[in-house]
Amino acid sequence: MTDIAAGPRRLSSTETVRAGLGRRKRHQIMLQGLGLAAISFAFLMLATLVGSLVMTGHKAFTQTHITLDVYVDPAEIPAAGLPRGGFRDVMTAALAERIPGVESRAELRALGAILSNGAQFMLRDRIVADPSLIGQTITMRVPVSDPYDQLKKGLIDRETPEAFRRVKDQEIAWFDTLMAQGAITEPFNWALFRNADSRFPELAGLKGALIGSAWALLVCFLISFPLGIGAAIYLEEFAPKNRVSDLIEVNINNLAAVPSVVFGLLALAVFLGWFGMQRSAPFVGGLTLALMTMPTIIIATRAALKAVPPSIREAALGVGASRHQVVFGHVLPLAMPGILTGTIIGLAQALGETAPLLLIGMNAFITSAPSTPFDSATALPTQIFIWADSPERGFVSRTSAAILVLLTFLVVMNALAIFLRNRFERKW
Amino acid sequence: MYDNPLTKRTAVTHEVKISARGVNVFYGENRAIKDVDVDIEDKTVTAFIGPSGCGKSTFLRCLNRMNDTIDICSVKGLITLDGEDIYAPSIDPVQLRAKVGMVFQKPNPFPKSIYDNVGYGPKIHGMAQSRADLDEIVERALRRAALWEEVKDRLSSPGTGLSGGQQQRLCIARAVATEPEVLLMDEPCSALDPIATAQVEELIDELREQYSVVIVTHSMQQAARVSQKTAFFHLGHLVEFGETGQIFTNPHDPRTESYITGRIG
Ligand SMILES: Nc1ncnc2c1ncn2[C@@H]1O[C@H](COP(=O)(O)OP(=O)(O)O)[C@@H](O)[C@H]1O
Ligand SMILES: [Mg+2]
Repeated sequence: MTDIAAGPRRLSSTETVRAGLGRRKRHQIMLQGLGLAAISFAFLMLATLVGSLVMTGHKAFTQTHITLDVYVDPAEIPAAGLPRGGFRDVMTAALAERIPGVESRAELRALGAILSNGAQFMLRDRIVADPSLIGQTITMRVPVSDPYDQLKKGLIDRETPEAFRRVKDQEIAWFDTLMAQGAITEPFNWALFRNADSRFPELAGLKGALIGSAWALLVCFLISFPLGIGAAIYLEEFAPKNRVSDLIEVNINNLAAVPSVVFGLLALAVFLGWFGMQRSAPFVGGLTLALMTMPTIIIATRAALKAVPPSIREAALGVGASRHQVVFGHVLPLAMPGILTGTIIGLAQALGETAPLLLIGMNAFITSAPSTPFDSATALPTQIFIWADSPERGFVSRTSAAILVLLTFLVVMNALAIFLRNRFERKW
Repeated sequence: MYDNPLTKRTAVTHEVKISARGVNVFYGENRAIKDVDVDIEDKTVTAFIGPSGCGKSTFLRCLNRMNDTIDICSVKGLITLDGEDIYAPSIDPVQLRAKVGMVFQKPNPFPKSIYDNVGYGPKIHGMAQSRADLDEIVERALRRAALWEEVKDRLSSPGTGLSGGQQQRLCIARAVATEPEVLLMDEPCSALDPIATAQVEELIDELREQYSVVIVTHSMQQAARVSQKTAFFHLGHLVEFGETGQIFTNPHDPRTESYITGRIG
């Protein structure tokens, strides 16, 4: 090992390394660039999606209202006739008070159409609750009907020729008069959360869908969580490792990849067909979603159990814990954060799932929120489906708004999952 | 113990605690332990030495049936504890492990409080009738593991928050809390610094008064320091077993000699 012999060879090897260095650096820069481009693209798509939803959807979070002084005419609404009465006429009359010169029946009808169809029922409910109001003048703030809501929000172009416009010149004039009188306001659209579905966009809300989704998710959780964890614990900790358990494992992994519509068909055939369960019920929806969520929970639970270091099992076994004491006393508690994270992600998936719910009829038109999981109901995604399919203009923005609500829930659930993971994650 | 030179160590013979005859261990097709016969005495520290992968841990884990938990592992031959076959169908491995405690290579306290770490074994074996009983057991175990003074004021803080050496002594306390008769230790100091190692070694020497201690170690100095008996394993065979002094100063087998002098290993 003389220096003379070693010298040049060492030099030449560094030379080769140096020659390759430039190429390696270029590769690295290229790879980084590609990654950056991919992420930018993904962000751009996300921003476009959310941006367009907000652009159309934000309008549904307010609703144009009109404030009227209503004389509850005993001639139209006799106390003895409740809950019947000429509520619509009384409301129209109150409106006509503000627009002088509207006399003919046809004109009055056109004027009355400014009010939402729900206005008369709001008056009725108020009178029925307090009949002493009959004969008095009361102030009511009621939603205007969809075309005027559109007009207020600038979604109807006043420049379009009258023949192609849904609100005629005369009607626009009336509305402008009301605006000038300060009778028109555009407050937050509480109806979006307080009302169930309706044919009239200005009255339609997500309450039924939210409660339906909540029931379905609760049923889904109550079934898939214990069953999923139980199955995972058995497979991971107790089942002998052989052909049969391999087969089960493969099947569970496959199950997680089965398209959801297939679960819907299965539920249709089994739950509705054989067992004769009720259509459109969140209970059946929950059962169906549980079929889909269970494989996710099983896989997440098994991964979480596997991640508990063997040293903890050995420690417990070493002091004489039985296998089930090891699992329930040590491994399962340590795996819980991972299991919960997986479960929440599974439930978030279930919340957004549409196809299986369509198949069991959770896209029915139901105007009241369910009070039990066995009442007919819709769910958030199916409500979006229904609204997206509705011809009324007002449902366009409401569809986007409903999607935003659904996305908010999904984001909150996923954030909770991430929080749980970070909060309880253990470094071994 | 350090002032007791190897050659002068008196060979006191105690009664046999664990006896193994014709033990073979298989991992599937792979035979990891080959026809091992050995007698492990009570109130004695027995060291298992040998090159990495020679089967020391495997054999140690036969003694409390920890190998049962490995699906592909099968143990053949006879192992008795106080004359009783520990692989007999009538023996429950759970009970056996209360009698034959184990300390592992890497300190592995439960992610629970110090108190719960030590109290866990007695609790599951129903050794404490009341909280006061358990308090007493925990204190005794921690004292025996020479850890009491350091942790008595923070019994409810997590065991994983202790230093490496303290964690290992906590694991020893956890093992002795179930009043075992034999203590198995698989390289208990390999993850510790020299000071912690010295503390644990001192502890092992004290534990000898009550238990039969079996310690696997890759450090021959450690074997020489703490053990009275030494077994040298090589490629699954028990090559030589005898007084530690004799093994280190006058090995009979050439393989032992090569290992001791650093030519294999
Ligand atoms: N769980 C296991 N599965 C399969 N083979 C194993 C397992 N544990 C140990 N072995 C094999 O058994 C032999 C002895 O291992 P081990 O007892 O750990 O050696 P040592 O503790 O002396 O280093 C090695 O060849 C090792 O590969
Ligand atoms: Mg080992």
